[in-house]
Amino acid sequence: MPYGFTGKFVEVDLSSSKVRVVDVRRDLYRKFLGGRGLGSWILWERLGEVWEGLDPYSPDNLLIVLTGPLTGYIAGVRLAITGKSPQSGGTVGSTIASEVGLELKCSGYDGLIVSGKAKDPVYIFIHDDKVEVRDASKVWGKGIRETHKLLLRDVLPELRKTPRFGEPKEPAMIYIGPAGENLCRFAAIEGKYAHAAAYGSYGSVMGSKNLKAIVVKGTGPLPPVYDVVKLKELIYKAIELVPKKAPRLRIWGTGQGPWRYGRDLSSIPVRNWQEEYWVEKSYSQYDLEVYDWVKRYWADYGCPLCCMKVTVLHRNGETVITDAPDYELLAYEGSNLDVWDVRDIAYLIWCGEELGFDMINAGNVLGFVAELFERGILTKDDLGFEVKWGDVKAFERLLKMIANKEGIGKVLAEGTYRAALKISEMKGLKPEEVLKYAVQAKGIGIGAHGIRSGLDYPPISYVTSVQGGDHQSVAMLPLDAPPIVNEVWASLADSAVICQFNMLGGLDLVFDALRAVTGWNISKEEWVNEDAKRILTLQRVLLLLGGPDVYWDPRVHDDNPPRFYEPLPSGPKKGQAPTKQDIEKLKKDYYKALGWDELGIPTEDTIKQLGLTGLEKALVRIRKRLGI
Amino acid sequence: MPIWIFREYDRCSGCRYCEVACSLKHEGIIWPEASRIRVFEYVPGITIPVLCSQCTDYPCVQACPTKALYVDESTGAVRVDEGKCIKCGKCVEACPGRIPRILPQKDSVIICDLCGGDPECAKVCRALGFNALVVVDKWPGTHYKLYARDAEKITRDYIKKLYKVDPEEVM
Repeated sequence: MPYGFTGKFVEVDLSSSKVRVVDVRRDLYRKFLGGRGLGSWILWERLGEVWEGLDPYSPDNLLIVLTGPLTGYIAGVRLAITGKSPQSGGTVGSTIASEVGLELKCSGYDGLIVSGKAKDPVYIFIHDDKVEVRDASKVWGKGIRETHKLLLRDVLPELRKTPRFGEPKEPAMIYIGPAGENLCRFAAIEGKYAHAAAYGSYGSVMGSKNLKAIVVKGTGPLPPVYDVVKLKELIYKAIELVPKKAPRLRIWGTGQGPWRYGRDLSSIPVRNWQEEYWVEKSYSQYDLEVYDWVKRYWADYGCPLCCMKVTVLHRNGETVITDAPDYELLAYEGSNLDVWDVRDIAYLIWCGEELGFDMINAGNVLGFVAELFERGILTKDDLGFEVKWGDVKAFERLLKMIANKEGIGKVLAEGTYRAALKISEMKGLKPEEVLKYAVQAKGIGIGAHGIRSGLDYPPISYVTSVQGGDHQSVAMLPLDAPPIVNEVWASLADSAVICQFNMLGGLDLVFDALRAVTGWNISKEEWVNEDAKRILTLQRVLLLLGGPDVYWDPRVHDDNPPRFYEPLPSGPKKGQAPTKQDIEKLKKDYYKALGWDELGIPTEDTIKQLGLTGLEKALVRIRKRLGI
Repeated sequence: MPIWIFREYDRCSGCRYCEVACSLKHEGIIWPEASRIRVFEYVPGITIPVLCSQCTDYPCVQACPTKALYVDESTGAVRVDEGKCIKCGKCVEACPGRIPRILPQKDSVIICDLCGGDPECAKVCRALGFNALVVVDKWPGTHYKLYARDAEKITRDYIKKLYKVDPEEVM
């Protein structure tokens, strides 16, 4: 077995409750590492033939939970989750900071593949070589905090069944809330109280399988590595380098972001992206310092950086326990909704996370609704109440309606893109009349980094990304552009499965660690020109296959949302926006750099060069559908 | 001179590098469950490092039927004579917090040996800038058993302090 891997996956078929352990072909590890890359390939191998017709919510879809070669060894534990995405119809390597990754490896598995659908609500419990499908009726319907508590109570007695052997540590868990159970297309898989694998909506895929949670406890060591002396040296190097490269993240987390992106870079969403700049109501890093409700550091296993802080707020008779708001959610539940009191924002985030929402996409939907209300497209009659900018109570009410699919919540639960299509139908409007307020790419709401000012993300970020609106994996030119969110590097973090922020210690550190763990000598150039291309090309093909309810035409959908062509109305770059011609040119350059044709369809030569044999069949189907 | 590892729960981030450093030193590989120090997080956000507290009366040493456990005079640590240990678990039962650990994969019980006086866990915690684990002189007047309670009890106390809720609400 290659160093750093266990070589085994555990497979659970929920329809039959059958469990089996499978060996993974060695060559696949080298080709795809793990996580996002390996997950996408497993999906292609098993579901590629029927991809376009496959409903992500059918029992035939797979939910794949993966570790990677670096998981547990260096800088920031992470877990990758994939499957056919109910949002994009392709695959998203959705990652979450979760010790489930560590516990899986310590149990002897590189990953877990879940197929089928359970008759009644269940959860999967893995304890070393024991894998069980257990009754989850007690936790079904429960929010995140209650779910964590009840699951812990359910498994602890068993882990402690031989008290004279000492106290076993708690298991790691991931779970869904009501939003996932009720198949909202922006439901996340949650961990602890405030972690989420959000993009891709795999929470709703879990829901469709009647799978409430995955609980894992492994007692073994991590698999042997190629050079443990070197690895130890690199671990200590990362500890020294990473916090020093990003001291602001240790102090404030990404909560420092609103000033940076709102005031300096003009790329924060304000009222559904009508603006991307503000100063006067600004709150940010220095304000967070004086909030006595930010209590304590909160890292996950292996994180030297610690961007999270424990937040405790006593409010409306409830105790809010969450992460000190990070930038994305400060923006999406804050400025994007015209909510400016940071306690209101923290409260709203907590409400949504308790329900199991992806709070980036939830904020995207709420902002979209508030704008439609402002413009009179949605009325009090449609919504049942007024949804005005800044109205925290209305947004909270709306979140609950969406999670339970009540009233208009049923339409909004489909996410911004699909909801826009439905609302235009409801209102007898042309789709583009509603879509022009939907700030999304490939069915995925865009993260809180705008492209119009040109100071933050580049203009094709979301246009050609294989993960749609995902702000942590965006298209950039040149291909090896240094930002860690460049999808070339993001695919490395998501396939080696480590935290992207911990790449701030430098890419050399990551490649050195990969060498020390696996013994493979992968250079940066090789990664850019072969490995990253292989993963992105595979994801691109699955995205273009798409379906079954929406399909993407690169000529139409490889584009920014209409809002990003409206000139910025305020800020240092007032009046600025990219032109369609700019985007067309950048798109073509990007396709070319990746070895895709002028429409962004990977060529047969590229497929062959990258060793993606078998994928040619898919190209024929894509061309046929597009009529070319 | 005997030393002691002071643990300041408020400063612990839960990064668990102490477990990484400990298992690298003692096992030659990363093995969190076999680490002599383990950070418990029964409740999200409540991270509690737990390791041997070197109680002044050493109930574990007294309970050992094979005399596999003994006190290291220079550091005050409990040492394990691996050849003598029969994994009976008497030491675990005698410990106020059931802190020693017996794993099927290991031939003898696992207890913190204070790394001979220069503990890796405290060093890495300092390198990280958290300083939740600090080496101090062992002082006879300290009630070391307060820190030898089991992780669950400490967690419940800490929930009341930090979250100000009834522990039953979250645990």
